[in-house]
Amino acid sequence: MEKEKEEILEGIYKAAQANGDNIISILQELQHQFGYVQKDSVEWFARKSNIPEAKFYGVLTFYSQFHMSPRGKNIVTVCSGTVCHVKGSARIISKLREDLKLKGNEVTTKDGLFTLENVNCVGACSIAPVVIVNEKVYGKMSPDKMLKNLKAYKE
Amino acid sequence: MSRKITVNVCMGTGGIAAGGSTVMEAFRQEFAEVGVDNARVVEKCRLHKVGCRGFCARDVLVDIAIDDQSWTYQYVDEKMVKRLVAEHILDNKPVEQWLVGDDYHTFHDNQEKIILGVLGHIDPESIDEYIGIGGYKAAEKVLATMTPQDTIEEIKRSGLRGRGGAGFPTGLKWSFCAANQADRRYIICNADEGDPGAFMDRSVIEGNPHAVIEGMIIGAYAIGADTGYIYIRAEYPLAVQRLKIALAAAKERGFLGKGICGSSFDLDLKIKLGAGAFVCGEETALIASIEGERGMPRAKPPFPANKGLWGKPTIINNVETLANIPPIINRGAEWFTSIGSEKSKGTKVIALTGKIRNTGLIEIPMGMPLKKIIYDIGGGIEGDRLFKAVQTGGPSGGCIPQQHIDLPVDYEGLKSVGSMMGSGGMVVLDETDCMVNIAKFFLTFTQEESCGKCVPCRIGTKRLLEILTRITEGEGKPSDLDLLQELAEDVRDASLCGLGMSAPNPVLSTLKYFRHEYEAHIFQKKCPAKVCSKLLTFYIRPDHCVGCGACKKACAVKAISGELKQVHQVDQALCIKCGSCFDACKFNAVIKE
Repeated sequence: MEKEKEEILEGIYKAAQANGDNIISILQELQHQFGYVQKDSVEWFARKSNIPEAKFYGVLTFYSQFHMSPRGKNIVTVCSGTVCHVKGSARIISKLREDLKLKGNEVTTKDGLFTLENVNCVGACSIAPVVIVNEKVYGKMSPDKMLKNLKAYKE
Repeated sequence: MSRKITVNVCMGTGGIAAGGSTVMEAFRQEFAEVGVDNARVVEKCRLHKVGCRGFCARDVLVDIAIDDQSWTYQYVDEKMVKRLVAEHILDNKPVEQWLVGDDYHTFHDNQEKIILGVLGHIDPESIDEYIGIGGYKAAEKVLATMTPQDTIEEIKRSGLRGRGGAGFPTGLKWSFCAANQADRRYIICNADEGDPGAFMDRSVIEGNPHAVIEGMIIGAYAIGADTGYIYIRAEYPLAVQRLKIALAAAKERGFLGKGICGSSFDLDLKIKLGAGAFVCGEETALIASIEGERGMPRAKPPFPANKGLWGKPTIINNVETLANIPPIINRGAEWFTSIGSEKSKGTKVIALTGKIRNTGLIEIPMGMPLKKIIYDIGGGIEGDRLFKAVQTGGPSGGCIPQQHIDLPVDYEGLKSVGSMMGSGGMVVLDETDCMVNIAKFFLTFTQEESCGKCVPCRIGTKRLLEILTRITEGEGKPSDLDLLQELAEDVRDASLCGLGMSAPNPVLSTLKYFRHEYEAHIFQKKCPAKVCSKLLTFYIRPDHCVGCGACKKACAVKAISGELKQVHQVDQALCIKCGSCFDACKFNAVIKE
């Protein structure tokens, strides 16, 4: 492991000890620092804290917030709440997957430009269906309108 | 001329999504620009960001208040700001065409607002504004004049029941917790609002975070807790940010920390971010998550009120429940019991959404008939289509059909028809919604969110989903109806926690009220609402087709043929029923059956 990274981990470890943080907070911090939770960071923490790696992975895989692989530059989140569902979010997802050439269970494009995911509800039901790109909210979307919006992020 | 002018811009999540911050910025710029020549007017102007006032369908909503009079504008965007400032603020002539209409007033007049009343009027990031409307008076009153026992009794007498779903009496819960011998106790605010289609807790925190904090102070004092946690979804960044600001301000003013309001009572509140698991809305799972574990529920009893966080007696209250506490203390239990129905007192905040004209956040006295909510407040069904059902309680609730439209909305009423209050989401469905598909949608959700600890829920929801999936794909068998019913009842009866116990509700209620739709899928292989794509056939009507070629271009599998300006056809053998041609046609020539 590079020295630089080890220093960051050391910092997270010390802060966690001082605050009495638990595994969830540590993983949240790791993800915040590196964009996703890396295997070697988990190994490092398990050794350092004398907590089995399995315990970390148990928590890591339980919560949908955590990611174990790098994510795209742009995060496209399609809301799949009840209202978005009845107003056609599934068609937006399939159209976006087709456009981004995502196959099977893939969520991130080969060029690393986009990650497509869905969220259970963002609570903006009055402008359903909703798609969020990074932090920008697009309301009252249709598959075609969304493809047009996405173009701007491809440049 | 020294008029006092306030401009309120809605900056809840709905308002921001509709462009609230752009409008706000446009006002700021416009004031700076016209301020040079009209310094005396503009100096008196106060630009004010407020929380959600409910009518999200009309966002961005802007109030212009001049002295004691106020006007509300709807659908405001940044291009309209110049004219609003020039005509209304400088010339004192309201822009009539952009004002809200009568329906805005019917929407509000039929409501009873205990919780939402101040949302949309105060700046959620300013503690002074909360104090200005009488905030923290209840906490001061409790700490100075009431014993913990008095406080619990007052809440008991008010009849307040938990607003998070199950409706357990709040005062009783508090008394259980207080009765335990323990060196420490905890209070937790459950803001892990995970139901799809529900956003009331988020709106309350975004619009008035101090009310929740004040409720927690009173609750903590009543049960004897010195530490509290607010467990909130990480997907609610704006709510988290406003909560952080509010906590810091409350601490600075001495409403949190050591010796609150000059008493000997101490309380420290911390925010815990949820990591995305629906099951963590369940009390014991939520506690496991705060402790840093996988959020899995455990068997009850012991209940958290006896043995909760780190083994200590713990009270978990929902956001809306806590926000009800200060008004009850201020105005008394008798006042609170005067609102609502016999067994359900007070009001309920409801996220009214779906195929309805006036979507938004509403607050009704308990017991209001469903019909009044949908037609008077909600303005009826969008596009004058036919009402089919209303889904309440999110994935734990059920679908209520036309025949129960007069049902009073309270805990008992909803339960009597196989649904539940849940956290208060209400999704209206019309004739174009397929009820089997809706049941499948909710099962997809609960199956994914099942934590996997107990077998009935883990495997039962999976099997239920498989059966529903095959029915919607035209592979349903006649025996599936009985199998669904039996399996759903087993999952309900045998699961460990509320998630599994209520997960079958969407299946059971749709089977009960919309059995004919299931039968159409299974026996006739048809989807009456024309939603389940595998059961549809796409045709092009020769008398409507102009031969523009839009459908041909949209078809990904080249199933459509035809020359330009000639009638096109669909090759049924190649068609994958994706519906692209239906969306692409501007002449209603593509039909699905």
